[in-house]
Amino acid sequence: MTTINSQTNDIAPPPQVRVGPVAWVRQNLFSTWYNSLLTLILCGIFFQTVKSVFIWATQIAQWQIVIANWPLYYVGLFPKEQYWRIWIILGAIALLSGLSWGVVVRNRPKLFTRVVLIGIGVSCVALMLVPVKTEYPKYLLLGMLALLVGSAWGGKQAANWIPKLGRWISLAWFLSFFLVLWLLAGGLGLEEVSTSKWGGLTLTIFMAVTSIAICFPIGVLLALGRQSSLPVVRWFCILYIEFIRGIPLISILFLGQVMVPLFLPEGVRPDRVLRAIVGLTMFSSAYLAENVRGGLQSIPRGQVEAARALGFNTPLVLGLIVLPQALKAVIPAIVGQFISLFQDTTLLAIVGLVELLGISNSILANPKFLGRYAEVYLFIGIIYWLLCYVMSVGSRRLEKTLNVDLR
Amino acid sequence: MTTDRNNKIPLWRDRRFWRIALQIMAVVIFIGVVAVLGYNLNRSMQQLGIKFGFGFLENAASFDIGESLIDYDPTDSYYRVLLAGLINSLRVMILGFILTTVVGVAAGIASFSENWLVRQLSRVYVEIVRNSPLLLQLFFWYFAVFFSLPNPREKIDLFGAVFLSKRGIYVPWPENTVAVWLWLLVLVVGAIAAIFLWRWRTKLMVEQAQSGQQQLRVLIGMVIAAIFIVIIGLGWQKPQVLENGNIEGGIRLTIEFSALLSGLVFYTGAFIAEIVRGGIQSVPKGQWEAARSVGLKSGLAMRLVVFPQAMRAIVPALNSQYINLAKNSSLGVAIGYADFYSVSNTTFNQSGRPIEIFLILMVTYLAIDSLISLGMNWANKSVQIKER
Repeated sequence: MTTINSQTNDIAPPPQVRVGPVAWVRQNLFSTWYNSLLTLILCGIFFQTVKSVFIWATQIAQWQIVIANWPLYYVGLFPKEQYWRIWIILGAIALLSGLSWGVVVRNRPKLFTRVVLIGIGVSCVALMLVPVKTEYPKYLLLGMLALLVGSAWGGKQAANWIPKLGRWISLAWFLSFFLVLWLLAGGLGLEEVSTSKWGGLTLTIFMAVTSIAICFPIGVLLALGRQSSLPVVRWFCILYIEFIRGIPLISILFLGQVMVPLFLPEGVRPDRVLRAIVGLTMFSSAYLAENVRGGLQSIPRGQVEAARALGFNTPLVLGLIVLPQALKAVIPAIVGQFISLFQDTTLLAIVGLVELLGISNSILANPKFLGRYAEVYLFIGIIYWLLCYVMSVGSRRLEKTLNVDLR
Repeated sequence: MTTDRNNKIPLWRDRRFWRIALQIMAVVIFIGVVAVLGYNLNRSMQQLGIKFGFGFLENAASFDIGESLIDYDPTDSYYRVLLAGLINSLRVMILGFILTTVVGVAAGIASFSENWLVRQLSRVYVEIVRNSPLLLQLFFWYFAVFFSLPNPREKIDLFGAVFLSKRGIYVPWPENTVAVWLWLLVLVVGAIAAIFLWRWRTKLMVEQAQSGQQQLRVLIGMVIAAIFIVIIGLGWQKPQVLENGNIEGGIRLTIEFSALLSGLVFYTGAFIAEIVRGGIQSVPKGQWEAARSVGLKSGLAMRLVVFPQAMRAIVPALNSQYINLAKNSSLGVAIGYADFYSVSNTTFNQSGRPIEIFLILMVTYLAIDSLISLGMNWANKSVQIKER
């Protein structure tokens, strides 16, 4: 900032920018008398809060309710002797996430930046500090972390050898869904586990991911339909989107739980989890359609006209020219929609499913742990928060990586 | 290519044909699906022995609800209980709109504060609230905050005017007399007069370069008078502790209502804060610099120059947040607040009429949404750039 050309010494140099902790504090905390007052008051409140929270967490709170029910939060009432299936699912997810991560960052010079290393270190320490009755899940989780990191490294190396690795990984993600379904539900040689035994975080994530996967194509179709030049198709799409967006999600879940059986042929009673997924999908696809529409509207007309001039028919224009650009433009909005869908799965606790919030409520109903609401809600709040935060940070990174070629 | 027949485009490559065919297909599929669903529905209803119709709404509801602003008794009809629920919902929504706007705008502006701590506070609030589920937050507010208030016997006493306990929050409230209503009327008329006076003052200042001091003095006088009216004229009733420990007077906010309101206000407030932040960021930096260089302090620059321009980006986006708040108020059912959805749900359980109840729910919420959108469109028109 203060480089001065020696020949223009007669011009006064720009005022020096003061940096350093003291100057920073003065500028940011004590610039005027009311700012100083505000700082002091806030500091007072802050220390008071931290102190009382600390006292509460160490002396008043009884974390036994969290520790004693540890598996329930994650897998609900899934039979104990089948836990290995959940571990395999987790392993597969860790492997695929690691590979995808490696492929996404293949053009970066370093995989293990300081942030990543700090993140790995923090998660290791956090894992070791978790108090559990039996030790081995801890080591399994550490193993999962190692698998994630190792496959990320492997993915980065392999991406340079196999240029189309990204596509294979997408296919693997798609196939892994069926593997997960098989491992959860059983059948084909595995012991069957009824969906009423599914629960906890596993059920939450399963429902969120399934609904996301189904609502995405529906949402894109609805968005295209809403932009269509065919009046009948357009009006159907507009009606659907506006109706669904106008009513609360809970009433759609009510529709799914209570009314779907009425609309189906005699004797057909779909599974409760399936009905919940139908409700979530109906709701989310309408919102997703609006997000995608924003992307479609951002594509200049010239793109469509140029594609038509080259002789593309409508499906090709949409699939090869319009949608790739439109979807890329709305990645943040779509991820935001996915995050809110993930949060909305909590509403299923109201209609009686034991996903993470539902199982917490049933744990709280146990008279042994009467009134320990704050501990449980804080604990699952942290789980939800972490997952949502990771998703939003990941989406910002993905957006940056995908936009590299535009700048 | 020489004869007519060869010039004809085959049917499957004719876009006009496909346009019509696709639409007919859409209609046929739609009618088919509706017919199958309708047939199944009809059969299910016959099996259950229910005939479609809204006549059941006249029957006695025979269930009690936690709170109601209108007189309601379990012997009243379903109409009445649904109306009571609707009024409860509207109460949360309207109070929520006002409070969440205040919280959201304050948090949004705070993220531009000169004070580092205030900026961080705003960021932390937004990140925590936006990344955790609303229902969980509602449970937290209800069970961990309001439900952990002491029993009525050991109530918390704030300055002898506000009492907090599990039974609810007692706050002072104006009494219901003719005089109070007259004073309220005076306040409303005064507020309208003040708005006109303010506009007239601005017009004089802009068009005739007057100082506007006189009008300002009148306005200050009006504000002082209004404060006096609010303090003295409204006849505030303090809650009084009786000898048996009960509380009389004032108004009682149940903990269900308070928890739902707090949850909705802080949740929606975080989203509004982000909208406000985005809106302020959308104002070109030159506007800030220009305002600072004509000598406005940062607070005044924000209030007079930047914020009015940011409003143009903020107001349209607020519409969907208000609609979200209105729809999310239906989560009151989870913490036992007798809102419209909760009452409808109980009505369904009692009467076994899913279709009718669902239609009522849908129409009511769509009507509320349309009202909000109408109001916001009107607000939007008043902040948009008026082009010459």
